[in-house]
Amino acid sequence: MATAEARVRAEFEPHGGTGIWSWITTVDHKRIAILYYVTSVVFLVLGGIEALIIRLQLAQPNGTVISAETYNQLFTMHGVTMVFLMGMPISVAFFNYLIPLQIGARDVAFPRLNALSYWIFLFGGIFLYSSFLVGQAPNGGWFGYAPLTSKQFTPGLNADFYSLGLQALGVASIMGGVNFITTIINMRAPGMRLMRMPLFTWMSFVTSFLLITALPVLAVALFFLTFDRQWGTNFYQVAAGGDPILWQHLFWMFGHPEVYILILPAFGILSDIIPTFSRKPLFGYAVMVYSGCLIGLISWGVWAHHMFATGLGPIADSFFTISTMIIAIPTGVKIFNWLATMFGGQLRFTTPMLFSIATVGLFTVGGISGVMHAASPADLQQTDTYFVIAHFHYVLVAGTVSAVMAGTYYWFPKVTGRFMSERLGKWNFWLFFIGMNLTFFPMHFIGLLGMPRRTFTYSPDLHVTNLNLSATIGAFILAIAFLLLIVNVLISRRNGAPASHNPWGAATLEWATSSPPPEYNFGRIPVIHNREPLWLPGKEEVVEAAQARPGAIHMPPPSFWPFFTAIGIVGTFALFLTGHWWAPLIGVAWTAIGIVNWAYEPTH
Amino acid sequence: MSVRRNLLRLHAALVLGALVGVLAGCEGEHPQSTFRPVTEYGVILDRLFDHTVWWTMPVLALVWIVLLYVVFRYRERPDAATPRQIHGNAKLEVAWTIGPAIIVAAIAVPTIRTIFAVQPKPPADALKVEVIGHQWWWEFRYPDFGGITTANELRIPTGRTIDLVMRSADVIHSFWIPRIGGKRDVNPLPAQPGHPEHGATTAHPNHIIFRTDSVGVFYGQCAEYCGDSHAVMRVRAVVSTPEDFDRWVQAMNVAPAPAPGSLEAQGKQIFETHACVACHTVNGTNARGVLGPNLTNVGQRLYIGDQDRLKTTPENLARWITNPQEFKPGAKMPGTKQSGGGLPPTGLTDEQVRAVAAYLYSLGRTTPAAPAPTTTTDTTSTSGMK
Repeated sequence: MATAEARVRAEFEPHGGTGIWSWITTVDHKRIAILYYVTSVVFLVLGGIEALIIRLQLAQPNGTVISAETYNQLFTMHGVTMVFLMGMPISVAFFNYLIPLQIGARDVAFPRLNALSYWIFLFGGIFLYSSFLVGQAPNGGWFGYAPLTSKQFTPGLNADFYSLGLQALGVASIMGGVNFITTIINMRAPGMRLMRMPLFTWMSFVTSFLLITALPVLAVALFFLTFDRQWGTNFYQVAAGGDPILWQHLFWMFGHPEVYILILPAFGILSDIIPTFSRKPLFGYAVMVYSGCLIGLISWGVWAHHMFATGLGPIADSFFTISTMIIAIPTGVKIFNWLATMFGGQLRFTTPMLFSIATVGLFTVGGISGVMHAASPADLQQTDTYFVIAHFHYVLVAGTVSAVMAGTYYWFPKVTGRFMSERLGKWNFWLFFIGMNLTFFPMHFIGLLGMPRRTFTYSPDLHVTNLNLSATIGAFILAIAFLLLIVNVLISRRNGAPASHNPWGAATLEWATSSPPPEYNFGRIPVIHNREPLWLPGKEEVVEAAQARPGAIHMPPPSFWPFFTAIGIVGTFALFLTGHWWAPLIGVAWTAIGIVNWAYEPTH
Repeated sequence: MSVRRNLLRLHAALVLGALVGVLAGCEGEHPQSTFRPVTEYGVILDRLFDHTVWWTMPVLALVWIVLLYVVFRYRERPDAATPRQIHGNAKLEVAWTIGPAIIVAAIAVPTIRTIFAVQPKPPADALKVEVIGHQWWWEFRYPDFGGITTANELRIPTGRTIDLVMRSADVIHSFWIPRIGGKRDVNPLPAQPGHPEHGATTAHPNHIIFRTDSVGVFYGQCAEYCGDSHAVMRVRAVVSTPEDFDRWVQAMNVAPAPAPGSLEAQGKQIFETHACVACHTVNGTNARGVLGPNLTNVGQRLYIGDQDRLKTTPENLARWITNPQEFKPGAKMPGTKQSGGGLPPTGLTDEQVRAVAAYLYSLGRTTPAAPAPTTTTDTTSTSGMK
C-alpha cells in the first residue's frame, strides 16, 4: 500500500502542503468543505452562546441578566447566525465535499469561484460579528421588518451591519449555487444519469436552484434598505409614499425558499443514510426525487403564510393557505418513504442512523405544527408567539441540525479515514434528543398560553415560568450535546478507529474511493451502470477504477486571488459604514485588482 | 440491550409529554391563553385550531407508531440474510400521497370558510375604536363619543359589536389580546388612506371585529417586534356593562377640579407649567399635547406603563415620572434626570414629582360617577370557555 502511494506521488503531483498558506490558497473542494464545516461550527457555537444567554434571561419572569437592548441584539444575531452563518454554510460544506465524489468528478466546475464563495462567507461573517465590537449589532430581528430598520427608528449602525453583511453573504451563496448546478449538469461520470444520482446530490441540485433564484430577491430587498439608509430613498417609507409591506413580500419571497434551502439538504442526507443502515435501497427513489423538486417549486408560492396577520385580505390568505397545505403532501410522502425504506430492513443503530431516525420522527412534529400554521385564521393566534419558535426549531434543529449531525458521523470516516467514537456518539445523540425536546416542546404551550416571541421579559402572571425554565434547562443539555460532537470530532480525527474505503457498506459512489480520498478523488473515473454502484454487480470494477493508480491528472493549482478578491468584495460593503460615498470605491478597486490577476493567472 | 434502550426512549417520550402537561397545568390561570376565548371571533379560531389538531394528530401518531414498530421489529439480527431489495411500490406511494391530500382538504375547507368569516365588513352600528400603535404604548380613540381618547386600556361595553380600526404612528405593531381573538398587524398608513398612488396592501387599516358578553379585564401585548420595549408594550381590554361603559364615557368629559391649595392642585399647576403638556392631554385643562398618552382620568387605569410592576398608585406614578426608562427601556418620555425621545430631562424635584403623581392619581377618582376600575369580575365561569 505504501509503495502504491509512493508511485502515485511519482506521477501525480499533488498541490499540497498543510501549512496555513495551503489553506488560504486551496481550491480543492474537499479542503474548502472542511473550511466551511469548521467555520460553520464556530458560528454554531457563537449562535449557541447567544441562545444560552437568551434562555438565561428567560429562565425567570422579569429577568435581569441582560438589558432589553442587549437582548434584542442577541436574538437578532442568533437568528442571523443560525440561518446565514451556520445552517446554509454547513449544508454547503456537505455539498462541497460530497457532490463531486457522489457524481464521479475530480472537483467542482469552478474551483477558484468555490474558494471565493468560502472567503466571502468567512469575511461576511466576521464583518457581521464585528458589530458587537462597536456595540451596535443588528437588532431588528433576522427578518428586519421595515420601517423599524429605517434610519429614523434605528439611527445606529445596527441595520447597516445587517443589510451590508447579508448582502455580502448572499453573493457567496449565489456563486455557490451556480457552481454546484454547473458541476452536477456537466461533470457526472459516464453512466451517472440524473436519475442515478444519490439523493443527497439531487437535493443539493434542487437547493442550488433555490439559492440562485431566492438570494437575488433578498439582494433587491437589501439594496432598497441600503439605499433608504445611505442615500435617503423612500422604498419603505410610508410618509413619502413607500411601502413597508413591500419589504415583507420581498423578504419572505426569499425567506420561504430559504427554509427549503435549509431543509432539503437534510432530506438528502437522510435519504442516503437510511438505506445504508437498513441494507435496503431507498424506497421510491423517483418519487423522492420528484417530491424534492415539487417542494422546491411550491416553496415559491407560499411566502405570504408568514404574513397572515399583515392584513392581505381573505383572497390572498386563502391562496397561501392552500398552497402551504399542498406542500405538506410531498413532504409527507418523503416521511412515508423513509419509513418504508426501513420497513423489512436490517437496521443497524449506529450514531448516524439514530440521528436519522430521530430526525424522521421529530421533523414530523415540526411538519404537523406547520400544517396548523397553514390554517391562517388559527395562525392569527399562533404567529409571532413561541408556538412559531417551537415549530421552526423542530424543523431546523430536529430537522436540519439533527441531519447534519447524522451526516457528520456518517461521512467522517470518508473525510478522515477514521471512525468517530460510537460511545461518545451515543451520549451525543441522547443528550441531543432529550435536550432538544426539553427545550422546544414546552414552547408550543408557552406560545398558546400567550407569550409572544422576541420579548426580553415576561410577566409572572402569564404562568409560563416552569415551561420557560424547562426550556432553559433543555438548552443547556443541548449545549452539552453540541460540545460532545466537537470533542468527538477533535478526538477521533487523530485517535478514531481506522476506516476502510466503505466502512458502512454503503451503496453510493463516494464510498468507492479511498478514505480519505486523494486530491484527484478517483484514479480513473468509474463507469456507472445503476443507482447502487457499490451494491449491485459490477461494484468491484467501480472500486478498482476509483482507487486506480492515477495517470497524469491535471488538478487546478492553488490560487491566492479568491482570498484577495473576497477581501475586496466584503470590504466594499463594509466601507459603506464610513458614510463617505467614495470609500466603497477603494473596495471596488481592490476587487478589480483581484479579478484581473485572477483572470491572468496561469492555470497550468 | 437495544430493546431496553428503545423502551427507555418510549418512556422518555411519555414522561416528557406528561411533564409538560403538568408544568403547564399546575401554574394556575393563564390570562393570555388562546384556549379561553371570550368572543365569538376567538371561539371560531379556537375551534379551527382544534380541528387541525384532530386531523393532524393521527398522522403524527401513525408516523411514530410505525417508526417505533420498525425500530423494534427490524433491528439487525446477526444470522439474518440480506433483506429483500424493494425499490418501491407504486400503489403504496399513491396511497400515501392521496391520504395526506384528503387530510389537507379536510383542514382546508373549514379554514377557507373561517378566513372569510373572521374578516367581515364592519357592521354599521358597530362601536368604532381607533387603535393607534406607538413605540411602546397603545392609543384608543372613540370617534363616536366626540373623540375621547385613552391609552393602554381599551374600554368597551358588553353586547355590542366592536370595530377596532388600527394603524401605527411609527413602526409595525400587532394588536393581540388572546382571549378576544387573533392578532392583526398595526401598520403605518399613508396620510390619505386609499390614495390611488398607494398600493392596495397598506392603504387600508386592519380591523378586528368582535363582540363579547363577558365583563372583565383581558390582557394582551404587542406581538410584532417593534424595538427596545416591545416586550413591555402591553395592553388590556376592560369590558364593562353598557351602563358602566356609559358612565366611563361621561367621566372622560369631566374637567378635573382639585381642591384649591391641595397637593393635587399643586401638581396640576406643575404639570401645566412644565414639559408635561408638550406631550400629554388632560381633558378640560390646558394640557393638550398629543405625542404621548392622553392622561384623562389616568387615575382610573389599572396600571402605569408596564402592567405588571406598576399598579396605579401615587408611589408608582412618581417612580414612573422619575425614570420611565427603568420600566420601558428606550421610552420616549424624559425622566427627571434622564433625557428621552430627544427631549431634555424634566428637572422636576422629588417634591414636584410627588405633587404631579398625586394630581394624576386623582384624575378620574374624584368624580363620583366613575366606576371603580378594578371591577374585574372573574371570567373563568363565563360560558363558552374551557
